[in-house]
Amino acid sequence: MSTVKTSYVRGLWAGAPFLIIAIPFGMLFGVVATEAGFDVLQTMAMTMVVVAGASQFSSVQVLSDGAPFYIAALTGIAVNMRMAMYSASLAPHIGKTQKWHRAIAAYFLIDQTYGVSILEMDRKPDLTSNEKLAYFFGTATLIFPLWYASTYVGVILGSTIPEEVALDFAVPVMFIALVAPSLRSIPHLGAAIVSVVVSLALVWMPYNLWLIIAAISAMITGAEIERRMGVSK
Amino acid sequence: MTDLDIWLTVIMLGIGTYIIRYSFIGFVGDRELPEWLTRHLRYVPAAVMPGLIAPLTVWPEATGGDPDPARLIAATTALLIGGIFRSVLGAIFGGMGMLYLMLYLLG
Repeated sequence: MSTVKTSYVRGLWAGAPFLIIAIPFGMLFGVVATEAGFDVLQTMAMTMVVVAGASQFSSVQVLSDGAPFYIAALTGIAVNMRMAMYSASLAPHIGKTQKWHRAIAAYFLIDQTYGVSILEMDRKPDLTSNEKLAYFFGTATLIFPLWYASTYVGVILGSTIPEEVALDFAVPVMFIALVAPSLRSIPHLGAAIVSVVVSLALVWMPYNLWLIIAAISAMITGAEIERRMGVSK
Repeated sequence: MTDLDIWLTVIMLGIGTYIIRYSFIGFVGDRELPEWLTRHLRYVPAAVMPGLIAPLTVWPEATGGDPDPARLIAATTALLIGGIFRSVLGAIFGGMGMLYLMLYLLG
């Protein structure tokens, strides 16, 4: 087996544990989008085109609050801005591979594929660009089809899930779960506190302007605390 | 929210997200970013996600916008488990588990 194939297979195994998160998360999206009024085609189109759970939930939430489509899309885009950092951090590793390979890789850049791949790339700097890229594609192999499939299962089950399951609150809990692990750093904690306080204070504003103002104030807070502390993370 | 709104959201969010993903591996390659920019980008998740869900947590739709002790306790539980154990799964299961327990106990 070539070293590129070996890297691919190793990436595939390394990505497997993350299915535990992707499957219920995907199902939940299917349920939430359906409850918000999306039909099957719209739900599946969003899940397959966007493939970024947190932003999908955000956009559906904003849209069902009655905001115009561009506010919904911009909210989701804001949530996905973190991927610019992922992209920036992967660039030195795979930036020299063929351009169309990178164009395909961009579609598969999500929290899990990035997180698993960057560990391997930092740990094994001797791997070639192509081996690193193969590893990255390996990490995406199981999670993407299962993300689509679990969304579909959520759409089908949606209407049969009883109200006592309180799925409305699974969305806040999930966002808390995604952010909480980072809050042990003081700049992150500061950013999160400002975000909560400003959003609660300004939530009366139309078109989710409150969220954009809260997010920008919170980003500046985090970056400024970091600068004054002189820490790198 | 019309069908057109939904489709335009899917298209705009899809294109925007793809450009973000492609940005540095595609356009920038292996050149360095300005330090001030990466410093702000680092706080995007912590700046967006808490603000997004704070109103839903404090004034949940399911109770008609009245603060609900069960949901507040569940949110705090998820926050503590996620923060202390750095576990996404633990926070999800812990938070929802606590919600069901509280809904059962508090009626």
